Amino acid sequence: MGYKNYILVCGGTGCESSRSDQIYHALIDEAASQGVADQVQVIKTGCFGFCEQGPIVKILPEDSFYVQVKPEDAKELIAEHVIKGREVTRLLYNKAPHKAYEEVEDIQFYQKQMRIVLRNCGSIDPENIDEYIAAGGYKALEKVLFEMTPDDVINEMKTAGLRGRGGAGFPTWMKWNFTKMENNPVKYVVCNADEGDPGAYMDRSTLEGDPHSVLEAMTICGHTVGAHQGFIYIRAEYPLAIHRLEVAMKQAREYGLLGKNILGSGFDYDIEIRLGAGAFVCGEETALLQSIEGHRGMPQPRPPFPASKGLWGKPTVINNVETWANVPEIITKGGAWFASIGTPDSHGTKVFALTGKICNSGLVEVPMGTTLREIVYDIGGGIAHGKKFKAVQTGGPSGGVITEENLDTPIDFGGLQKIGSMMGSGGMIVMDEDDCIVDVAKFYLNFTVDESCGKCAPCRIGGKSLCNILEKITNGNGEESDIEQIQQIAHAMKIGSLCALGQTAPNPVLSTLRFFPEEYKAHIVDKKCPSGKCKKLISYEINPSKCIGCTACARKCPVGAISGEVKKPHKINGNVCIKCGVCKDTCKFSAIEIH
Amino acid sequence: MAKLSLSDLHAIRDREEKNLRKRNIHGRDVHVVVAMGTSGINAGAKLVLNTIADEVEKAGLENVIITQTGSAAPNPEPVVEVFSPKTGLVVYGGVDAETARRIVSEHLQNGKILEEKRIELTEKEQ
Repeated sequence: MGYKNYILVCGGTGCESSRSDQIYHALIDEAASQGVADQVQVIKTGCFGFCEQGPIVKILPEDSFYVQVKPEDAKELIAEHVIKGREVTRLLYNKAPHKAYEEVEDIQFYQKQMRIVLRNCGSIDPENIDEYIAAGGYKALEKVLFEMTPDDVINEMKTAGLRGRGGAGFPTWMKWNFTKMENNPVKYVVCNADEGDPGAYMDRSTLEGDPHSVLEAMTICGHTVGAHQGFIYIRAEYPLAIHRLEVAMKQAREYGLLGKNILGSGFDYDIEIRLGAGAFVCGEETALLQSIEGHRGMPQPRPPFPASKGLWGKPTVINNVETWANVPEIITKGGAWFASIGTPDSHGTKVFALTGKICNSGLVEVPMGTTLREIVYDIGGGIAHGKKFKAVQTGGPSGGVITEENLDTPIDFGGLQKIGSMMGSGGMIVMDEDDCIVDVAKFYLNFTVDESCGKCAPCRIGGKSLCNILEKITNGNGEESDIEQIQQIAHAMKIGSLCALGQTAPNPVLSTLRFFPEEYKAHIVDKKCPSGKCKKLISYEINPSKCIGCTACARKCPVGAISGEVKKPHKINGNVCIKCGVCKDTCKFSAIEIH
Repeated sequence: MAKLSLSDLHAIRDREEKNLRKRNIHGRDVHVVVAMGTSGINAGAKLVLNTIADEVEKAGLENVIITQTGSAAPNPEPVVEVFSPKTGLVVYGGVDAETARRIVSEHLQNGKILEEKRIELTEKEQ
C-alpha cells in the first residue's frame, strides 16, 4: 500500500539550527507510536527558501504549509493532521484551513519565483540519489555521454547563454571552450563553493538541497572539455553542505555515476572535496586554485587565465555552484528553453539571499529582469516593523547600494552595472531609515580590509586608508577635502589592484557617495548623523515638555548620567553619557530624543 | 552495489519516478475527501479511506488527491466527497468498502455518479 501522507521537513542549515532535525525524528517516532508509520513517509529535504518562517514542515497531499514548527508539535501533527485529517491551524502560515478541493492558495513569497537552480530544494531528499534520479537527475549526463558530441554540448551552452553566477557574469560556454581547445592530456574541473559575501547563502543551500545537480554538471563538463578529475572547493564552515556532498559522492560512486567507465560509456571521471579555511579572497579563482594546490591563498596575475593554465598549470574550468546547478537543466531542456527565460542581456534565473530589514528573509529565485521592487515588496513582504526603505546592497562588499529611484530597474548583469552596483553572487541586504549609510560603507570596507591578502599595495594600503578616512568622518573629524581623497584612492585601487577583491573594494563607498552625498555632507559639515547611528555625532537629550519625571530612565542608565527630581523633567549629562540608548528604549513617553 | 548500466539507470528512474510523482500535487484536479471525524471513523471511514487509496493506486490514477477531513459530516456516515471538474461536487453517504471500490471504478475512472448513494447537503452543512 502506498503512503497517504508525505511529510517534508526542511533540512537546511537555517531550519536545522532551529531544531528541524529533532522535528524530523519526532515525527517518525510519533508516527510509529500512534500506529501510522505505514501511512506516512517523513522526508528531510533541502531548503524551502522561506527561512524567515522556519522550521518549515509541509504535509502532502493537502499541501499544508506549517511554519515555525517545534519538535513538541510532532505529536499533534500526527494525531490531528495525519490521523484525523484536521489541519493544525495554529501552525499554518496563513492560520486558516483551506478546503481540500479548493485551489491551494499560493503563498505570496513563492508567487513571483521561478525555480531552476533550486528545482529540487525542498522537494527531494538530498541524501537519496534515487530521488534525484526520479526527479530527472542524471538524464543530462546520459544525453551528453551517449547522444551528444563535446561540440554539441558547447553549442547548447552557447545557445543557452548562461553567464557565470559567481558575480562577474562571464559566459560559461566560452570558459569551457577555451579549456576544451587546449591540447593537454591533463585538465581539471573546479567548483567554487567558497561563498563569502556577508549575508549570502545561495550556494550553501543549493549544495545542501541538491548536491547531485552539481556533481552531474561537473561530470558533464569533464566529458566536454576532456578532464577526468574535478575538485569542489568548499569552506569548512559549511559542515552540512560538505556532509551532503560526501553522501552524494559516495552514492554516485556506488552507482558508477562517478569513477571508471561511467554508465559503460568508457568515460572516467571522479571528484574530490577540498576544504577552505574561510578566507574571502579564496573565492577569487586564482587564489582558490593556489589554495587547492596547498599554497597560501593569494591571487595570481591574469593572464594566463585558468582556462589555459590553472590548477598545477593545467587547463582548468572553474565555475560557481549556482552556475553548475543550471547545467543539467540546460542540457535536458535545451539551450533555447533557457535562453527564453530572463532578459536579452542575462538569461535564466538568479538566486538571491534576501536579508536585512525585510519581513520575509529567505532564499528567492527569480527570472532575470525581475525588478528589485518585486523582490523587496512582493516576495520579501516589504520593510520590517513598518519602517521606511532606504537602500539595498547587492554584490556584497564588491557591490553597491540601490536606492528608491532605481527600484524598478530590471535586475540583470548589465542593469545593475548601469546603476553602479553589481550582481555579485546574490547577497541582497535591505536597509531601512535607521541605517547610517556612511556606517554601512565603513562596515564593508572593514570587511575587505580584513580579508585582503596583502599581496598588492593598492588593496592593502588603499583599503586601510579609505577605512581611516571613513572612521574620521564618523567620528566627527571629517573635512570637505576627504571626499576628493576618497575618490582618488578608490580610483587607484580600481586600476592598480591585482584581483577583484581590491578592484571592487571601494565600490560600497563610491556608490553610497553617489546616492547619498547629503548624508556624507551631514557627517562632514554639520557633524550630524541623520539616522543616529554614529555615536560620536549624536547626543541624547530629554525633551522637558514630554518628560513626566518617572525616573525610569535614570534607574536604567548604566553610568548614572541622568539626574532630576521625581515628577520633574530630567536631564542627561552629555559628558558622562555613553550613548548606549537604554534610556530611549526605557522611556514610555518618547521624551528622549537623538540630536 | 554493482555499477549501473544505462538500462539499470532507466529502471531506477521509472521505479522511483512513480513514488516521487505521488508527492507532486500540481495538475491534480480530482479530489476525494473522506470525513474522518470520530463518528465517521466509528462508522468505518478508515476502511473506506484505505480502500479508496488502494484502488486509486491500483488503477494508477495520478490526477487524484485523497484527503481527510475532520469536520462534522452529515448522515449517513461514512461520508465521501468527490470533486472533479467534470462532475462538480458530489457527496456520498453510507459508504462501505464495496461502494468505495465503485466510487473509484465508476465515478473516478468513468465519470459516472453513483446516484443511489448520493446525498444532498442541507444549506447549513454546505
